Amino acid sequence: MLAEVLLLARKDLRIERRAKVALGQVAPLTLLIVVVFAFALDANAPLLEIGAGGLYWVAVLYGGTLLTQRAFELETEGGNFDDFRMSPIKVHSLFLGKSLSLFIQICALELVLTPAVLLLYDVQVTDWLLLIAAGVAGAVAFSVCGVLWGVMAAGLRVRSTLLPLLLIPVLAPVLLAGSRAFETALGIRADAGWSWTSLMFVIAAVHTVVGLAAFGFLLEEN
Amino acid sequence: MDDSKMTATPLTRVLGILGIVAGVLMAVLGLFVSPPDVVQGEAVRMLYLHVPSIWIAYGSFVLTSVSSLLFLVRSRRREDGGRHYDRMAGSAAEVGVVFTGLTLITGMLWGKVTWGTYWQWDARLTTTVLLFVTYLGYLALRRLPADPIVRGRRAAVMALISFINVPIVHYSVDWWRTLHQKASLSVGRRPEITGEMYWTLLYSALTVTIVGAWLIVHRYRVIRLEEIRDEENLKMLISSRRHERPTGSAADGEVS
Repeated sequence: MLAEVLLLARKDLRIERRAKVALGQVAPLTLLIVVVFAFALDANAPLLEIGAGGLYWVAVLYGGTLLTQRAFELETEGGNFDDFRMSPIKVHSLFLGKSLSLFIQICALELVLTPAVLLLYDVQVTDWLLLIAAGVAGAVAFSVCGVLWGVMAAGLRVRSTLLPLLLIPVLAPVLLAGSRAFETALGIRADAGWSWTSLMFVIAAVHTVVGLAAFGFLLEEN
Repeated sequence: MDDSKMTATPLTRVLGILGIVAGVLMAVLGLFVSPPDVVQGEAVRMLYLHVPSIWIAYGSFVLTSVSSLLFLVRSRRREDGGRHYDRMAGSAAEVGVVFTGLTLITGMLWGKVTWGTYWQWDARLTTTVLLFVTYLGYLALRRLPADPIVRGRRAAVMALISFINVPIVHYSVDWWRTLHQKASLSVGRRPEITGEMYWTLLYSALTVTIVGAWLIVHRYRVIRLEEIRDEENLKMLISSRRHERPTGSAADGEVS
């Protein structure tokens, strides 16, 4: 099964390497969002410093939704889900493979966004370990939620507007937990940053269990 | 007119009349019989609409989840492909969303009087608005143009996942420190209110349940009628296309 998961993730990442959508389009767009937030808040330095964690995760949320949409457009446009159903690849592997590739893409996005937020909003990291753990936890939670809800909207005519409507309420707790954990890591708030990070892992675990149970069922209908 | 082509039946008419009568009595009890609260004064009367509304919303979402589960489990074994369960899930969710919306509106009005603001980003309010938006998404998914069985299966899975929010909303006041007061009535805990207020609240819950049930039955029948209309339209279109065929050149043998 691990070989299948890696194979599927590699397939998505190879397509991404050739098309360069994540780093070529989505990452610059999220950077633009970070800059636009500064315009909207009148480049108010204290306000940007306080809101840095939340603004960072809103940008990740936006970029991640676009990446999720793209991950499923690739499959539905070519009718690939039919091929997957006929292939000996297990549905669990498909769920985990797509989650892994999405996780890597979101991590790449975070690697671009983090220094941008640190520099543009002029914030200092006080706990690097927490910052990295929260970033990874958020990416894991985002990727499994994205794949589960992405397959729900896949193949439908209005999926581009439906997916954010379905996904954002589900990801709201991740946004909240990520923001709080980042605020602690950036020394803005003396709060239970690790508890919020753990909450993101719990959300990821719940969605992984639900995803493994329901993915095959949803895939049948594509 | 044939009953199967109407949204009302003798039973729903009785339920509707009962709902109106019970509603009037609920207004009398809530506005005149029940005393004002020692702390909140007259504002406490909002309780009789606010609390039963969220109970009915919870109940509707339970019905949506159970129907969705039955749809997933039994759809292949039923002649109608489980459409009955799908309709039940959809109608209950619609009513649930309406009552969640009502809870939010009454809560905001109540909040303005007691807290001095319409909205506070506290755990109960935030989780309730997320519940509302999640089920709006569920209803949007149900409205999409797709094969009814495909759409039904996806909606059923979504309904089961979305239900996770219901206990989170209910227990949010216990799990987090919030501005919102604890549950007025809760299993295994002494009620926060007593006397006329307690009985008026229970009576209001019964009244709102009747109204909710009436709305669910009607919505179920409206959905069924929409399906009949679509099936008849489809049959009519197929029939008209069949009638067109003999006039075509291929049928006359003009083109080989």
